[in-house]
Amino acid sequence: MESHGKVIDRLRTAFRSRVTVPLEFRLSQLRSLLSLMEENEAQILEALHKDLAKPKFEAVLSEIEMVVNDICYAIDNLKYWVQPDYVGKNLATKLDDCFVHREPLGVVLIIGAWNYPLQLVLLPLVGAIAAGNCAVLKPSEISQATEALLAELIPKYLSQECFSVVCGGAEATARLLENRFDHIFYTGSQAVARSVLQAAAVHLTPVTLELGGKCPCLLYGQLDIPAAAKRLAWAKYFNAGQSCVAPDYVLCSRQVRDVLLPALQQALHHFYGPQPQRSVDMGRIVTERHWSRLMDLLGRSGGRVAIGGESSREERYIAPTVVVDVQESDALMQEEIFGPILPILTIESLEEGIELINRREKPLALYVFSDESKVSVSTVLEKTSSGGFCSNDGIVHMTLPGLPFGGVGASGMGSYHGRWSFETFSHRRGCMLRGWGLEKINVLRYPPYRDGSLSWLRWATTTKKKGWSSCSVM
Amino acid sequence: MEKQVVDRAQQAFLSGRSRPLGFRLQQLRALHRLITEREADIVAALKQDLNRSRFDTPLFELIGLENEIRLAESSLSEWAAPRPVKKNLVTASDDVYVQAEPLGVVLIIGAWNYPWALTLQPLIGAIAAGNGAVVKPSELSSHSSDLLKELLPQYLDKEMYQVVTGGIPESQELLRQRFDHIFYTGNSIVGKIVMEAAARHLTPVTLELGGKSPCYIDKNCDLSVACRRITWGKFVNCGQTCIAPDYILCEPGIQQRVIEGIQQTLMEFFTDNPKSSPDYGRIINRRHFDRIVGLMEGCTVALGGQTDSSECYIAPTVLTDVSPHVRLMQEEIFGPVLPIVNVSSIDEAIHFINRREKPLALYVFSSDKKVIKRMLSETSSGGVTVNDVIMHYTVTSLPFGGVGNSGMGRYHGKHTFDQLSHHRAYLIKSLAMESLNQARYPPMSPARLKRARFFMQTWLCRNREKSLHFYFVCLISWTRRSDLAHPIVK
Repeated sequence: MESHGKVIDRLRTAFRSRVTVPLEFRLSQLRSLLSLMEENEAQILEALHKDLAKPKFEAVLSEIEMVVNDICYAIDNLKYWVQPDYVGKNLATKLDDCFVHREPLGVVLIIGAWNYPLQLVLLPLVGAIAAGNCAVLKPSEISQATEALLAELIPKYLSQECFSVVCGGAEATARLLENRFDHIFYTGSQAVARSVLQAAAVHLTPVTLELGGKCPCLLYGQLDIPAAAKRLAWAKYFNAGQSCVAPDYVLCSRQVRDVLLPALQQALHHFYGPQPQRSVDMGRIVTERHWSRLMDLLGRSGGRVAIGGESSREERYIAPTVVVDVQESDALMQEEIFGPILPILTIESLEEGIELINRREKPLALYVFSDESKVSVSTVLEKTSSGGFCSNDGIVHMTLPGLPFGGVGASGMGSYHGRWSFETFSHRRGCMLRGWGLEKINVLRYPPYRDGSLSWLRWATTTKKKGWSSCSVM
Repeated sequence: MEKQVVDRAQQAFLSGRSRPLGFRLQQLRALHRLITEREADIVAALKQDLNRSRFDTPLFELIGLENEIRLAESSLSEWAAPRPVKKNLVTASDDVYVQAEPLGVVLIIGAWNYPWALTLQPLIGAIAAGNGAVVKPSELSSHSSDLLKELLPQYLDKEMYQVVTGGIPESQELLRQRFDHIFYTGNSIVGKIVMEAAARHLTPVTLELGGKSPCYIDKNCDLSVACRRITWGKFVNCGQTCIAPDYILCEPGIQQRVIEGIQQTLMEFFTDNPKSSPDYGRIINRRHFDRIVGLMEGCTVALGGQTDSSECYIAPTVLTDVSPHVRLMQEEIFGPVLPIVNVSSIDEAIHFINRREKPLALYVFSSDKKVIKRMLSETSSGGVTVNDVIMHYTVTSLPFGGVGNSGMGRYHGKHTFDQLSHHRAYLIKSLAMESLNQARYPPMSPARLKRARFFMQTWLCRNREKSLHFYFVCLISWTRRSDLAHPIVK
């Protein structure tokens, strides 16, 4: 098996040959990736089912269709994205060409996660290809079936000179990170992100970190609770709660909670029937270790299980569970849950909820359910920060290709999806093309300096009106 | 002490007072007053730090800053406004936008070569973006740092924007604290240390580093103009500019004319005795002076070469017959020494450039469009100016920053504002239109799955134009409730 160093050298040689630069190459690779998705759907679904018992419904919507849509979006728009941006000029540079040219970075590393094993590797890959890079893919070893499938299919569909899949566990990832890349795209946990960033610092490699955190969900004021409950339940229990943007915990008043609980119960019944364990639409926890972690959290919680609570170790199953009477110091509030357990904390006021949210790290997503948009939505928005924000729904904001998807603070840095992926993997080179003329004007900037020339310069370079970009030295 | 400074800035930020645009504008105006009212003090400090002439200071630092402040003032409401995102049928009644938000407290570490520009320009963006800031100017330009420490609290909000002076121990202590962004200008070695420190807190960084910016002179160009422009860019600030042309690449056939062109220009700029010219600077300190003199060893001097350690003076120097392997060609010169490396063709020049780290700037002098195109498309660099040097820095609408070893992130104008903001994605929905959501909910049935897929393919609208009629038909078919049956059980 090829060593990591050799793989990267091979990709770098390919990159240097400039084979990835032409638009046609990028489009052809994107089309091949599309064929990979379309021609192997059954195997993909099977792999996802093996890894996570991922319900077919979920796998199709959140993995296959999301990737296919992003590929199509890139294919349709790439020719616009690669065009140079001509920028505003000023008096001194009127005769010059000033533009921003987007260029590939080189060889990028994409490290995926196990919860959406396909999407979290392939969506960044779409951006990497679109931007003209070569890429090393490192899928998560925890979702083994998908890892093996990617290792099998990628070389069949994409250029083997430019794209490579590396398999293995934490040790393999650490060894991979010793090499130099031109960008590292990591999806996963904060702990590992720190070592990724430290490894990147050695080579001054820019990174994108898509992390997680506890995504709060505030329900406040007048609201249509049954509709909210449905959306909340859908967002929470999708993929058995194993989504980085799943609502992690709920904040609401006692009154709202008392109406919410039966509404959630009803929504869950509608989705999964009276016995969710037997529903094909209910997922499973990825490994026994994570199952134990979740059961431990539930066991240590001081709250009361209001809905669900059933589990099965053999199946790595945990029922859609809601826990009430949860305090801020509870075990469930100490780490990202990443499972189908929803704690509800009661608050007396919106301010109390906002303060609680702000005492914690900035989350990847923040949700507010309310019909009083002016008050609660605006207030929460202004007083909190989060990667993204969605009101009156959950998760869906990340499905819109026009919106950047990414974190802030402990939930990550950088963003992607749609055009944002292309920008992430590009260098924006500022270019100025001057002519030979107007040397007489340049004289103003040359020594020997005189008072007179300085005042001319001040006059000429002062920004006189809005919309003129300024020039500091002629 | 550093921890207290950071804590104070954080408390100030958490008070929320830096968010309203009115506050930010007020602070920007105050910064503007600082620059205009205290220009004489700034000029004096720079004279002591770098022997900067009183013309160079406004030219290279202050005018640019004033323009940046004016731009921020006039554009702030536009920059801070929500940026709508293209909607589709399903989100037609929703608000979908991206809005820039402050990050929190930004650490700005400045450099000594343009102590005011490189510290205050990021600060302008930090203020405009609604952040608090801790500014750490370079201790090497000590007169400027001391002056900044004295002046900033006189004009700006004392807690929100603080200055910390000092050397390595103070910088290290600052880097142990947690910031929401670190903006560093300097060299790659320290850049790595900064990034590593930032990694502990998962803090994003902007690194404005350097490198060897190549300057390719094609035989087909207006050589006298080229030489004048290159000479200006190289010897301004005594070569201590991150985007100064570091070395020249040209064919041996034109080398002599290049040397003559530079020589003539040097005469015009600084007379035949640059040491006596008030417009020629000095090296910042003895350590850097010794470093640069050391780099010149063993090379053939075509012009200049004189030095005076008592003044940290190095004459404008051109070296020829420079081998790619000498130490001079391995590190950024950052001084008034200009090596000329011979290449036989543009291919060789491109190959030469690409074997090295990506530079912060790349310069090409040519009248041949094909040459320019090849240079641009076959190399990479932070930025480019063709047929001049440095000038791309001056256009605020161009992003200024490095790539690879020369840095990460970008700034100037709106780019600074964007770099020091968090671009938060917003989807504001209502609880109405719940029927549209039915397609995505379990329980699954083959018909529902088919509908859901169709739904995803069209409502995510792979940006293809479809008629309204088509969408209307889709909408009607999705909202039928006929097959919301009980879940299929195993």
